[in-house]
Amino acid sequence: MQALRDITFEVKPGELFGLIGPDGAGKTTLFRILTTLLFADEGTASVAGMDVVGDYRDIRKAVGYMPGRFSLYQDLSVEENLDFFATIFGTTVEENYDLIKDIYIQIEPFKKRRVVALSGGMKQKLALSCALIHKPKVLFLDEPTTGVDPVSRREFWDMLKRLNSTGITVLVSTPYMDEAELCNRIALIQEGELLVVDSPENIVANHTDSLYKVAAKNTYMLIKDLKDFKGNKSVYAFGEFIHYTHSNSDFSEERLGEYLEAKGHEDIKIVKARAGIEDVFMALSEKKGTEV
Amino acid sequence: MKTIGYIIQKEFRQIFRNKAMLPIIFVMPVLQLLILSNAATFDIKNIRLLYVDHDRTSTSRALINSFDASDYFKVMDRASSHAKAYEAMENGSVDVILEIPNKFEKDLSLGNVTALGVYINAIDGAKAGVENVYVNQVVQSFSKQVQLKYLSSAGGTVMAAKVASVPAFWYNKELDYKTFMVPGILVLLVTMVTLFLSSMNIVREKETGTLEQINVTPIKKYQFIIGKLFPFWVLGLVLLTVGLLLAKLVFHVPLVGSVALLYLFTAVYLLLILGMGLLVSNYTDTQQQAMFIAWFFVVIFILLSGLFTPIESMPGWAQKITYLNPIRYFVEIIRMVMLKGSGFWDIARQLSIIAGYAFALNVITVWGYKKTR
Repeated sequence: MQALRDITFEVKPGELFGLIGPDGAGKTTLFRILTTLLFADEGTASVAGMDVVGDYRDIRKAVGYMPGRFSLYQDLSVEENLDFFATIFGTTVEENYDLIKDIYIQIEPFKKRRVVALSGGMKQKLALSCALIHKPKVLFLDEPTTGVDPVSRREFWDMLKRLNSTGITVLVSTPYMDEAELCNRIALIQEGELLVVDSPENIVANHTDSLYKVAAKNTYMLIKDLKDFKGNKSVYAFGEFIHYTHSNSDFSEERLGEYLEAKGHEDIKIVKARAGIEDVFMALSEKKGTEV
Repeated sequence: MKTIGYIIQKEFRQIFRNKAMLPIIFVMPVLQLLILSNAATFDIKNIRLLYVDHDRTSTSRALINSFDASDYFKVMDRASSHAKAYEAMENGSVDVILEIPNKFEKDLSLGNVTALGVYINAIDGAKAGVENVYVNQVVQSFSKQVQLKYLSSAGGTVMAAKVASVPAFWYNKELDYKTFMVPGILVLLVTMVTLFLSSMNIVREKETGTLEQINVTPIKKYQFIIGKLFPFWVLGLVLLTVGLLLAKLVFHVPLVGSVALLYLFTAVYLLLILGMGLLVSNYTDTQQQAMFIAWFFVVIFILLSGLFTPIESMPGWAQKITYLNPIRYFVEIIRMVMLKGSGFWDIARQLSIIAGYAFALNVITVWGYKKTR
């Protein structure tokens, strides 16, 4: 199985770059190639100016990697894990304490506790501290917020922003589209191919399809009827609304309203809306689908 | 060097935090040595003997008595007929039937050849073989007495020149099976524990995902491997020490040879075993798989080690396989050194074979480990 196909992108130094796509899109594979854990069958990649194949030893010194699955020693304490990673990177906790201070201070009261007894949020903070302890130039975070509660997610992104502001380049992957706008630039990835690479603002701005939010009492029938509406381009559920785009300019809200009324819908709402990243993703992945 | 030291330190911490580890190191050897050494004996005692006496004379009774006097036999009862005795054999209540023919005493006094019927339950072939030997021993010593008796009573002047073989069991004078088994079981123990623990240990890092985290650090493969395996090398030597102490203090196994030589051999031997552990963990993804594969090898190694069945009695092809079996060499060596007092040059051949295997296996394994990076 091919996990990645024809991927080209560049991350600028000091950027907070998001790799966004659904499960199975190839995000982890891409990260594993960039962190020298896997060899790509073809193509080249460089991290911090070093080739991932030829200079893998130097890359390992220069990057921090936090895998999607928590992978620190459960039977060692918080302190011991941090010491261990500091030592094998040839440094000490004291030397780079400034960098992790904000994060580590929150788990410091539990530093004697074994990792197995920590909460999910604390484990994550420790994992981040361990990935940072050698002061990496580039930090790779593979789905750090998957399975994390909304408050901790918010907190985690704040930490990332602060880290990023100290000059560390951060690559983060996530399946959550709403995290896209927190990045400087993003790449949307789907089935091993990049759909677009740009800043979230530009991606949204370049999206020309007019988007309408439609709601009615019977959502299920509404989707069905919208899909039957002549000239529809895309119809998908998005929270309490149905996001609808039309294939040509020959569209008016009134005509759609009359059509839906004729179908017997009640409480019809049709509002023109600004497209979000998820809308763009849906549109682009659909376009990709029709091309193949 | 500092990195290796730190990995070793971390490894020891984890080992001692594992609740199962201390019992494995100290309780398992004690239990295994105590139970196995006492149970795994080739001595067969309490052989149940039933006799059918068609003669009923003082000589036939004397023969029965000499069986009764032996430690090995437990004379059950007298059966009235061969059929009755056979019935008892059928339902498993006797091991050996001795049938004394009619005119037994008379034939003996006349110097005629007389035959005793001996029927042995041979469901367990090894046991039957030993029982046969014991029966022969008792009968032979009995016939010697009888011959002397009749010769002297006949006032014969010619004493038949008798050649008696007097066996002397060297290195184990009383032919004590514990002396023989304890060193062997100690070998099994050292091998099993270090192989299982080391093969499971690296796989565990795969299972928990920490190997991936380790792989993105600048740790070099050799540092990681040495750091991971060194603690088990030490552990193996600790196990040997515990086992030797038990052998000496509890079983009073003689320790004729040099202890330092034993440690030297074990130190090299453990390199081979740890290399095997690493090889197993290379090709497995979970501790369970590693355990199964390690078990598979250990069972073959044990059965082909010469510990429970002598290598000399194996078919030729099986004997050839045993040359690949590290346990075979260790069993040989530990017995040679402990019981016979062999010196360095006596075991140099086995030592160099094990060292060669250890080197070859570790080269292959480390090479394979790099490839699966």
